[in-house]
Amino acid sequence: MQMPDPNPAVLSKKARLVARFLSVLPADAVIHDETETRAYECDALTAYRCPPLCAVLPSSTAEVSAILRICHEEGVPVVPRGSGTSLAGGALPTADSVILGVARMNDVLETDYRNRFIRVQTGRTNLSVTGAVEEEDFFYAPDPSSQLACAIAGNIAMNSGGAHCLKYGVTTNNLLGVTLVLMDGTVVEIGGAHLDAGGLDLLGVICGSEGQLGVVTEATLRILRKPEGARPVLIGYDSSEVAGQCVSDIIKAGVLPVAIEFMDRPCIRATEAFAHAGYPDCEALLIVEVEGAADEITEQLDLITAIARRHNPVELRESGSAEESARIWLGRKSAFGAMGQINDYICLDGTIPVSALPHVLKRIAEMSAEYGLGVGNVFHAGDGNMHPLILFDANKPGDLEKCEAFGAEILKLCVEVGGCLTGEHGVGIEKRDLMGTQFTAADMEAQLRVKDVFDPQWLLNPAKVFPLALTAGRRAA
Amino acid sequence: MMHPETEADLAEAIAGAGGPLRIVGGGTRGIGRPVAGEVLSLAGLAGITLYEPGALTLVARAGTPLAEVEAALAAEGQRLPFEPMDHRALLGTAGAPTIGGVVAVNASGPRRIQAGACRDSLIGVRFVDGRGDVIKNGGRVMKNVTGYDLVKLMAGSFGTIGVLSEVAFKVLPRPEMAATLRMEGLDDEAAVRVLCAALGSPFEVSGAAHVPGGPGVMIRVEGFAASVSYRVAQLRALLLPYGDVVVETEPEAVNAGWKRVRDVEAFAGRPGDVCRISVKPTDGPRAAAAIGAREVMYDWGGGLIWALVPEGRDIRPALAGIGGHATLIRAGAETRAARPVFPPEPAPLAAISAGLRAQFDPRGILNPGLMG
Repeated sequence: MQMPDPNPAVLSKKARLVARFLSVLPADAVIHDETETRAYECDALTAYRCPPLCAVLPSSTAEVSAILRICHEEGVPVVPRGSGTSLAGGALPTADSVILGVARMNDVLETDYRNRFIRVQTGRTNLSVTGAVEEEDFFYAPDPSSQLACAIAGNIAMNSGGAHCLKYGVTTNNLLGVTLVLMDGTVVEIGGAHLDAGGLDLLGVICGSEGQLGVVTEATLRILRKPEGARPVLIGYDSSEVAGQCVSDIIKAGVLPVAIEFMDRPCIRATEAFAHAGYPDCEALLIVEVEGAADEITEQLDLITAIARRHNPVELRESGSAEESARIWLGRKSAFGAMGQINDYICLDGTIPVSALPHVLKRIAEMSAEYGLGVGNVFHAGDGNMHPLILFDANKPGDLEKCEAFGAEILKLCVEVGGCLTGEHGVGIEKRDLMGTQFTAADMEAQLRVKDVFDPQWLLNPAKVFPLALTAGRRAA
Repeated sequence: MMHPETEADLAEAIAGAGGPLRIVGGGTRGIGRPVAGEVLSLAGLAGITLYEPGALTLVARAGTPLAEVEAALAAEGQRLPFEPMDHRALLGTAGAPTIGGVVAVNASGPRRIQAGACRDSLIGVRFVDGRGDVIKNGGRVMKNVTGYDLVKLMAGSFGTIGVLSEVAFKVLPRPEMAATLRMEGLDDEAAVRVLCAALGSPFEVSGAAHVPGGPGVMIRVEGFAASVSYRVAQLRALLLPYGDVVVETEPEAVNAGWKRVRDVEAFAGRPGDVCRISVKPTDGPRAAAAIGAREVMYDWGGGLIWALVPEGRDIRPALAGIGGHATLIRAGAETRAARPVFPPEPAPLAAISAGLRAQFDPRGILNPGLMG
């Protein structure tokens, strides 16, 4: 993966920059020792690493503003970082960049149950937002798999989703307001505890902009009262086509499950060997979960199982207790770990129209044979967000490159059938060079113009999202 | 008047425009500062281009009549989740609202509190910017974080960033049944307390309004019949300490009641300006009292105030210190020309909005000045 050459003028003024940062931050918040900056050399896309010039760990919006003002004056690129769990390389530094980490900003600023929102500093982890309100039986809905570790800052940057967004939406649908620091240090408030924008929907533009438009330091998030209960059913089929038809029929019947998860045979076998969840050995497995009071759950599950039976499942197991529910979810939740036991893997994130599922799975299987690399498919079937996991051996020369080429073919296929490159992980560096398969030059130019407005000097996370060739002129200017 | 029938025609019309354009869908939502310019009608760019009920996805050209979209969805037992307001009665306009117009004003009704606004259901757009370039963003899948989200930017931009040619939505199943719980005689403070209690319950309230002097507090639940009766009973028990609760389940009455709220029918045909104020729900009664309105009604759990105020009155000074924003939805052309219709933004945000318009519409020809 190509990254721009570091700017020697920036590299040469490291000492001055560090001194300026130390004038606005405590000593322990400025990391410039070469062994210590290594901790920031990558995010969860670990195949790519580069230590930053230095890393700063501010504790307040005012400190973030002071740092950005300095970087703006000095013409230094800034890479914002939440918890560093991006699978797309969203927080990968360049050697001439400053990592701005918000990990120390994790306070709850306001909790308001009557108006159903919480305001937090964005270094707070996703799960600990729910942790702050669950005593009152409330929760924060978006639930990316990394929710134990990932920060709200990163969730906003990538517009993160999760297993339950079929019902509750993704981050952008649950974000009410932000405190945003622009590259020149200006602090702005967008949105708040009220709904919707009075003018242009800038909040909607900020969310998912991958840290390229500003640094979000505080966020007002919608919280919801927890449902009275939830229960899944596990359904196994001998064909992914039939499983896809079942998903479509459930949705058409007017039921809106909170989650519909799908796993294919390679993934089922891997998780069985690893987690022993008792899954059937079949071609396609669905986990469908519904919410509500006990009787409401039963009514919905009756409807779902009746539809499922019409398609002749090889297995149909309705959870009758919390223990059985946990067991049904066990394999799904262990899927990534189980695949990791077999080999190294990369996790893709394309979305497809649900109707294209059988065709796409068939093509992936064919390509798997062509490339000689194994693939397991686990994904959010209700919304078509796929997560093919391609196995490779990091110690085998050329295997990573082959794996990436295979991944790129799958993502192109997703676009070809009417879908997109990334459903919830973001573009980062990983899908940067594929943007041209989904967007025309005019489509991308429109997006670049938005960055021109927010960050005219192209200093914020500049080497991400768009093909480097397309942004070279702007980055150099 | 320009009347393109294809996206390519639209792009050509905008690229070749010699001056300002006034962009019109069905012409039913005349909100904003009056715009002088040649009319660019989208009515010819019509038709549903894709509808997959099993994937909850619908794509239509911008000029498609809303009624056509709603009929196609109803035939499959589905609907637009966000319950778009029909502005005709309130604004005294005639014509057929278009789906593009719905998006341009981000029209969202009572269900906004549960299902989100129009912008939350909108998953893709195609539009022509002020340079005449055709741009797409988002797509037809409901999870998509590829590149910046210009879909949200287009929703509610009133044609000042680009002219929509096609819009794509996530749609939802139409529920089997709906019911309304009503409570009369509560003052505004008490009414908002009731709405907060209902919305803070696990019973999935899909409408929470208060119409003083009318039906009073209205709370809606929707879903399968057995589930609705269960949740109605639970909510009734929860709210009884606040006063008597009447339950309405007759479909026509329930629908008509929420349509009146959605379309602000109470203020239709009556003299005075109409403002739409979005605040934190518990600030609703304070905001309503501060502006000295002739009459108000609350939606969104108290967070959306519709106010009927004397003609020409500027309510914004009275709202200083209360968060949120106010938009002048109905007023004479003189008032709309003299005063910002949309809430003035703090300087850095105003500069960003102006910067975005300058990038997408460098000649300043798309509904110039409409949003201020």
